Amino acid sequence: MKKQLALVIDLNVCVGCHACVTSCKEWNTSGLAGPLSDYLPYGKEPLGTFLNRVQTFEVGTFPETQTVHFPKSCLHCEDPPCVPVCPTGASYKRPEDGIVLVDYDKCIGCKYCAWACPYGVRELDAQQKVMKKCTLCVDRIYDAKLPESERKPACVLACPTNARLFGDIHDPESEAARAIAERDGYALMPEWETRPANHYLPRRITECDPPGPSSS
Amino acid sequence: MRPAWSVVFLTTLIGAAQGLFLAVYAGAMHADARFAVAGAVVAVVLAALGLIASFFHLGRPERAWRSAAMWRTSWLSREVIALPAFMALAAAYAAAMYNGSGAAIAIGAVACVAAAALFVCTANIYACIRFLQEWASGFTLANFVLMGCASGLTLAVPLAALLAPQLAWPYAFAAVVATIVALAVRAASLARNARIVRKSTIQSAIGIHHPVVEQRSQGFTASAFNTREFFHGVSTGGMRRVRVTFLLLAFVLPVPLVLAGMKAGSLAVLCIAVLVQYAGLVAERWFFLAQATHPQNLYYQRKA
Repeated sequence: MKKQLALVIDLNVCVGCHACVTSCKEWNTSGLAGPLSDYLPYGKEPLGTFLNRVQTFEVGTFPETQTVHFPKSCLHCEDPPCVPVCPTGASYKRPEDGIVLVDYDKCIGCKYCAWACPYGVRELDAQQKVMKKCTLCVDRIYDAKLPESERKPACVLACPTNARLFGDIHDPESEAARAIAERDGYALMPEWETRPANHYLPRRITECDPPGPSSS
Repeated sequence: MRPAWSVVFLTTLIGAAQGLFLAVYAGAMHADARFAVAGAVVAVVLAALGLIASFFHLGRPERAWRSAAMWRTSWLSREVIALPAFMALAAAYAAAMYNGSGAAIAIGAVACVAAAALFVCTANIYACIRFLQEWASGFTLANFVLMGCASGLTLAVPLAALLAPQLAWPYAFAAVVATIVALAVRAASLARNARIVRKSTIQSAIGIHHPVVEQRSQGFTASAFNTREFFHGVSTGGMRRVRVTFLLLAFVLPVPLVLAGMKAGSLAVLCIAVLVQYAGLVAERWFFLAQATHPQNLYYQRKA
């Protein structure tokens, strides 16, 4: 089977610290996808282009509630609806590793691909007027000058709780594919049959030993 | 969705251009060549204005020439080819009629095919996005065709009154019938859209199947592309007012205006009918674009 690189995001351990957001912005604003422009970054209403966002949801009714931090970036769908609608061919899915990319030199900024993405993970850069999205740090992961352990997306390296796994989900031996298989990894909005490559690992109830008398 | 005025003007102007050309071609053999030439020229001018409007939708208009490349998969690409093709054929028809060329009928027929193809391309740009459920229906094409034909026929009435008076009444009746049929179909599509059952929910959006999910943070302080592009920001009451406005201006008022203009033989009233209907169709197209609820909005619960 062909390679399909993806992120697997562990909602069980994500603490919502936004390190993936800032490291993504830092790497990508000066890299292939850059600049990711900001407007009034120190003003009252700061605006900017981001390829990754972390949102927070509360599930259940107090006191039976859970806080779920939910990172979201391009899911690199195996059947990406954003690609066929692009009139110029600027949006494409790489056959060799399944990464969905935008050719910033071909993009005309018509925003049709953003309309055609149910997940809202594409953002038109306000300065460059072309569509930006997660590249899975394509300019990092193949860089032979980096030590092998660092050939991963910036967000994966930055995550302090190891909530982001990266790998080829078509390779059943990869860490990412094993996590999906063993921990019921799921895709977002399966109803649209976009087959997202990125998967999410659900929350788990962690059994704790009841507090007992201290042995020390 | 937040409607882009460029798209509102593009789709309404080219719709009227296509409708006018079809109307003029249908009546051309019963009138002086001047009528056909003038009608086709007006259609080309309207389509050109629409084409100009479309450039304002692009972030990088200087690269617009690239947009015909993906015609195999993209309805937008197909529209980019069909629109200039229609304009060129309509202009060629006008030239052939002006010169009294025998090829005019054949050229005009091909231009009619281009007009029809353009309707299909434009409508499918919207209808092909399966998760924009308000757009993903056969009503989209039906509405684009009927509203284009209605506005084209209403425009053909004053044109005929000037250059082919014997056709003015037939066009007036056709305009009235097309407007009423367009109203019926648009009303049916409004009724359909009012009953849409959303396929996506906040549960499917984040994959947590608990009945109570509440968003606590959207991940940023002010706004983002996501909160600007996909929310029209008009209240429910405001949307209702836009709907009443477009139903009145585009479909109800033009009928008595066209008939009164014909009865009184007043070119001014016939022109007012055209303008009133066009204003109504602008409001209709704005509403059509705004009404589509994008599933990405599920990730911005506080905004909606």
